[in-house]
Amino acid sequence: EIKSASVSFLYCYRTMKILVAVKRVVDYAVKIRVKPDKTGVETQNVKMSMNPFCEIALEEALRIKEAGFAKEVIAVSIGPSQCVDTLRTGLAMGADRGIHVETNSSFLPLTIAKILKSLADVENPGLIFLGKQAIDDDCNQTGQMVAALLGWPQATFASKVVLDKDKNVATVDREVDGGLETLNVDLPAVITTDLRLNQPRYASLPNIMKAKSKPIKKMTVQDLKVDIKSDIEILEVTEPPKRKSGVMVSSVDELIDKLKNEAHVV
Amino acid sequence: MHRFLVKLSSSSSNPLRSLKNQRLILPLLPSSKSFSSSSVSPPTRPSNASNRFGYPYFAEFLIKLSPLSSNSRTLGVNGSSSRCISSEAGRESIEYDVLIVGAGPAGLSAAIRLKQLSQEKNIDLSVCVVEKGAEVGGHIISGNVFEPLALDELLPHWRQEHAPIEIPASSDKFWFLTKDRAISLPSPFDNKGNYVISLSQFVRWLGGKAEELGTEIYPGFSASEVLYDASDKVVGIATKDMGISKDGSKKENFQPGVDIKGRVTLFAEGCRGSLSERIIKKYKLREEVNAQHQTYALGIKEVWEIDESKHNPGEVIHTLGWPLDPKTYGGSFLYHMNDRQVALGLVVALNYHNPFLNPYEEFQKLKHHPAIKGILEGGTVLQYGARTLNEGGFQSIPYPVFPGGAIIGCSAGFLNVPKIKGTHTAMKSGMLAAEAAFGALHEGLNMNTYWDNLRDSWVWKELYAARNYRPAFEYGLLPGLAVSAMEHYVLKGKVPFTLKHGKADHEATDLARKCTPIVYPKPDGVLSFDVPTSLYRSNTNHDHDQPSHLRLRDPKIPEKVNFPEYAAPESRYCPARVYEYIEDEEGKPKLQINAQNCLHCKACDIKDPKQNIEWTVPEGGGGPAYSLM
Repeated sequence: EIKSASVSFLYCYRTMKILVAVKRVVDYAVKIRVKPDKTGVETQNVKMSMNPFCEIALEEALRIKEAGFAKEVIAVSIGPSQCVDTLRTGLAMGADRGIHVETNSSFLPLTIAKILKSLADVENPGLIFLGKQAIDDDCNQTGQMVAALLGWPQATFASKVVLDKDKNVATVDREVDGGLETLNVDLPAVITTDLRLNQPRYASLPNIMKAKSKPIKKMTVQDLKVDIKSDIEILEVTEPPKRKSGVMVSSVDELIDKLKNEAHVV
Repeated sequence: MHRFLVKLSSSSSNPLRSLKNQRLILPLLPSSKSFSSSSVSPPTRPSNASNRFGYPYFAEFLIKLSPLSSNSRTLGVNGSSSRCISSEAGRESIEYDVLIVGAGPAGLSAAIRLKQLSQEKNIDLSVCVVEKGAEVGGHIISGNVFEPLALDELLPHWRQEHAPIEIPASSDKFWFLTKDRAISLPSPFDNKGNYVISLSQFVRWLGGKAEELGTEIYPGFSASEVLYDASDKVVGIATKDMGISKDGSKKENFQPGVDIKGRVTLFAEGCRGSLSERIIKKYKLREEVNAQHQTYALGIKEVWEIDESKHNPGEVIHTLGWPLDPKTYGGSFLYHMNDRQVALGLVVALNYHNPFLNPYEEFQKLKHHPAIKGILEGGTVLQYGARTLNEGGFQSIPYPVFPGGAIIGCSAGFLNVPKIKGTHTAMKSGMLAAEAAFGALHEGLNMNTYWDNLRDSWVWKELYAARNYRPAFEYGLLPGLAVSAMEHYVLKGKVPFTLKHGKADHEATDLARKCTPIVYPKPDGVLSFDVPTSLYRSNTNHDHDQPSHLRLRDPKIPEKVNFPEYAAPESRYCPARVYEYIEDEEGKPKLQINAQNCLHCKACDIKDPKQNIEWTVPEGGGGPAYSLM
């Protein structure tokens, strides 16, 4: 048992790859609106950027590589042709190569997780980093699903990641409701990143130029043999109801009357 | 990686150094020291006479450059070549043949023209465009009824290339508004053949065309300084350091800026460009041709999505009169675009007298006018934005060439005020500068040909014919309208005199005690809105932890002068509520600058009475994110 672990560790350390999934989402500062046909949020003529949590995930992967624990950082994005721009930003930050799984469908987390699992089977990374959630759907599911599909340990909402190269273990501080929880996870593992983990670097102009020549491999879901049929269908997207203005009441009796007969809460 | 390191070690092959060596061999050169101070003033520019190079400055500013290819390292990226990267003392330096600051209509037209010439003559030219917006088109806002004259020259097949120019102008309405009525007047505009477009969308398309031809465009990088060589010639720009915290210290993700050098540098920063203004001052480019000061207006715009039944694509409406008083020049526009969208805005000339005037609130008032309200009711606002524009026209055009490059587009000021169109002239100026730059780099000519070609072009004829409309309004609304009618129907600019502009905008503000405060109605949340709500719709954002990009030359002037004497005009004309006076611990008013809100409109740089506010670039990528404007 120990022998095989140390053999796999040596193998991992020398050639460890880190796979980072990055999502192209509506920029966080943009005011969104629902499409008139209610099928979703308007993304035409809207500024798109890399999901902020994915930026943090990529930054952490780059720092691990720069510390000497990994050989290669691979950025992956799943979506339409413009995802290449998001991958180029990732390459400009320092990722070594990119993989673009091109599709015009908008996939839900389980499908994305299946695609990432297929890629992990091909690339054999020692770590998979994702942002804890995407700011467009706030699902907070993909990382956890990838770990389950792969049978790997997971450490989500990471606010600190420390790698122990001797023991092939990552010690992760997680931000949970009650405070901070520290976990040791054996590699290979899935880690999803939270806000306080790091501050992502700016892509410098020379790096942006160099990134143009880094390779981005195009793939399709058929190449990865992934079943994309979804169990969930989005029926309608609407704006939240406008908050009604408050009403002043003149007496306690009036308040009780309103609570009973209008709001039906008593 | 290694190909960049190789360049570092051989400093003797630094093309700029070899350039200097070349210049010293040229005859009649005083030593470079004599040009470092302002003791030598550039000669006044007579219309035809010049020294034998046809250039007002001394010979060493002549750009006699040999191609860099012998010294440069071909990087082979996107087919571009002759670009070198070197690094000294932590600052990297990247060199191009032509550097263009600003990816707007002028900058991109120049890039496209350069690449076209380079393809035609089979000479490779590396062209780089830097843009402070996060995306090309993100900082672009304009009316816009587009005259395709320059585009027809630049890209004759644009109609087959999916340009976002689809809605031809179908009607020209002109209304004089009173508080309750809209009086139809004969339209002074003739927009037949023009198109109602979103300039932001058009510039994005134009950027795509420029990239297809091999231009390197880098959005998200703001040019914060001009770089000069020892002979005071412009050699490029430095991008702003990123990752500096509010107190000036370096943050964890500090990234030093980069020096981007060009054998020719073109400034295309738009109206009141921050670096362009410095260049104009430094080389005294207005004095050079006896040009007047530039005058400006502030345009505030919203894009609405309205009821299908009220939407009439191609309809063009302009108004005059209410809500502005007869002493304030300005008017509104309402253009029907496609997709049920209308562009609606108010333009207020910045030489208004009453410091209590609030252009944003005037715009909110306008929307309640019965004629405008009818169109907007039932609709929603999609985007909001604001930007200053040039109104100086012909009289204010500076000499646009300086040692090392030229100024193109609205940074120089080619907007045709009576037509209220500046896009076509900006594009043409970019094309002419590109042709001059190509000539300077490869045919032994110099950038001076840009000035000559401008004056021979339709841009000059157009601006000359339009020169007397705006200054006539100095005498009031009715005299202005009378002169406009005369000019439009009879004179068409063929008079022997040129009217002059009045005082500079910042000097035109009266003292607060001489003026009546204006009380503006509260926004109703349906047609009119408060500033924070509108600002949210501009998608503007800046990293909050950076030093304020709005600099006060004297930090005491706001409390000593602006507040007591002018009733804090900056808290009224700024369309983004950047400037607020709050009470400090002693109950005294103190200026608070909310730099994060800034829309990059430059109104404060123009209108501050003591010219105390200097607009400088924030970190690249910040600012509004216009997509429909």
